[in-house]
Amino acid sequence: MSPQRTYSQTQPSLWKARLTLATRSLRQSWTLFLATRIGVIGLAIIAFYALLAAAHPILMMFVWEERVYDPVVGYAFEETRQPAPPSLKHPLGTDPLGRDVLSQLMFSARSEFMLGLLAALVTVSIGTIVGAVSAYFGGVVDAVLMRLADIMIMLPVISVLVVLSALIGVEHFELAIIIGIVSGFGATGVVLKSQALSVVVKPYVEAAKTAGGGHVHVIFVHVVPNLLPLSFLYMMFTVTGAIFSEAVLSFLGLLDVRMSWGLMIHVTESAGYLLQVTEYWWLIFPASLSITLLCSSFYLVGRSLDEVVNPRLRQL
Amino acid sequence: MTQAPDAPSRPLIHAISLTKRFPVSSGWFRRDRSFAHAVDGVSFQIQRGESFGLVGESGCGKTTTGKLLVRLVDPTEGKIVFDDGEDEPTDIASLSGRSLKSFRRKAQMIFQDPYESMNPRRTIFDTVAEPLKVQKIGGAIERVERVSEMLGMVGLTPPATFLFRYPHELSGGQRQRVAVARALVIEPIFIVADEPTSMLDVSIRTGIMRLMEDLAARLGISYLYITHDLAVARYMCSRIAVMYLGKIVEQGETEEILHNPKHPYTQALLSAVPIPDPSAARPPVKIEGGVSTPIDPPPRCRFYDRCPVADAFCRDSEHPPLEDKGGGRMVACYKA
Repeated sequence: MSPQRTYSQTQPSLWKARLTLATRSLRQSWTLFLATRIGVIGLAIIAFYALLAAAHPILMMFVWEERVYDPVVGYAFEETRQPAPPSLKHPLGTDPLGRDVLSQLMFSARSEFMLGLLAALVTVSIGTIVGAVSAYFGGVVDAVLMRLADIMIMLPVISVLVVLSALIGVEHFELAIIIGIVSGFGATGVVLKSQALSVVVKPYVEAAKTAGGGHVHVIFVHVVPNLLPLSFLYMMFTVTGAIFSEAVLSFLGLLDVRMSWGLMIHVTESAGYLLQVTEYWWLIFPASLSITLLCSSFYLVGRSLDEVVNPRLRQL
Repeated sequence: MTQAPDAPSRPLIHAISLTKRFPVSSGWFRRDRSFAHAVDGVSFQIQRGESFGLVGESGCGKTTTGKLLVRLVDPTEGKIVFDDGEDEPTDIASLSGRSLKSFRRKAQMIFQDPYESMNPRRTIFDTVAEPLKVQKIGGAIERVERVSEMLGMVGLTPPATFLFRYPHELSGGQRQRVAVARALVIEPIFIVADEPTSMLDVSIRTGIMRLMEDLAARLGISYLYITHDLAVARYMCSRIAVMYLGKIVEQGETEEILHNPKHPYTQALLSAVPIPDPSAARPPVKIEGGVSTPIDPPPRCRFYDRCPVADAFCRDSEHPPLEDKGGGRMVACYKA
């Protein structure tokens, strides 16, 4: 075959071929993912909350009157007693300060998503690079990074966050970054390093070095891509952890956030309704159920991805 | 394979008392006390266009020697003088940065296991084009051309059907052909072939060997061919060196060593080769036990523990030097 003919045959399809390969492997993974069922349940819950989050600004703009339905400063003037039980105007009732619970719930969903995904992104970026670098270089680099990981794992995160929020004031963004750093340099980094250790000894890494590939080439072309399935899995678990931490902190009233699910329970608690669950159920159930569901949905998706990337766990 | 060219004054590779010791226990505050003597004072020369064989059993240091020659492993002691005739002869061990990278254009390695030597997440095109990419040779279009040409040369035709496949879609023999293509794509002049056929089915071994031989003749490549299979060594190599526990025990023309082994270890190795004739009889050479440990070996002859002819002199003396016993044959044994 002459080079010229090869060129004309392959050149137009170089990127098309790559795209075809990518979609093919994506479709295969999707089929496996669907077969796990728990992942589908998780994804359905995530989709539900994503819809809630997306619908809130639209409702605020076109349907809901701002001075009544604003999640933070709104007030249900037509109700005589606060908190008011669910009604047609307020499907989930109002809170002790006369604010619409459904609006609060939907408004918070968006920040929960942003918090969880940002924390996960930071975790996984740091964890993957720490794991790859630590396994690849070994020696002093490894020792330093792993001792740092030990410190991060030992760190009582909640207590540290209590102190930090007292000192500098922590909002969703800062919280996501802190959780990302602690988890990325800590547990996630260690797990990904153990995976990377089995990659760096592969002959294809030696082949890349023999070809003249430098450290950056080997780490980003050979080590990191082989860690990505596992990183993605840990990303899902981090989302769960981040949402949960946020709920705990804002329940304790330690976050500088305008509204969140944890804060909704905090308001209920400080107004003295926390222990009257049967009577004032709408003050507690929507928020706590949302925390539980969204946390578990990301966990379920993670478990399901675990089966996709880890064939040994697949049910026969 | 042709006979080795009459030793020109300047060999392509000249390894001089090459030594690699791996620390066995290492701690932060402890000094390393034990060493595995993987390669211990090995010297040999590889001529231009020659295929030099390194034979020995598992764990004798063959692979480490090969990796030393392509600088995947840094030597503890010794020199490797590389003289390609273009640049000044240089010691491979002293290369770094840009000079190391340009050396990597000239020396490549083919690995033993075709199932592990390719990144499972990269296509055949990516794998073969990798040396071109890291050495910044050619543009995207030129790389596709060269990779296709190379795949055609190693017998993966038509190349276009292989470019965007993943390694797991190929058979062992096809993968090893890809590995050969990857090693050859930047037109090196020296290749370390680390048992490239040992993981392959017998039926496709000859195909790969013939391919490597053809390409060597066409492109003028020198090989260091590492193998434990004497039949393969005989097919591929004009000269071989037999290694035992990090030392070369015998070195010379392949045919001469195979017909008239002088070192007791070589004799034992040859007598272990099965003869496909049940009635054939030959005097067995008895050696006992397994390979002794390479960790801090005693200074005497490495083969002493298993040697059928060793005596008190061998026990009390140093490891025997590799001496010329005439006709280019080097043997490291007091009794030979």
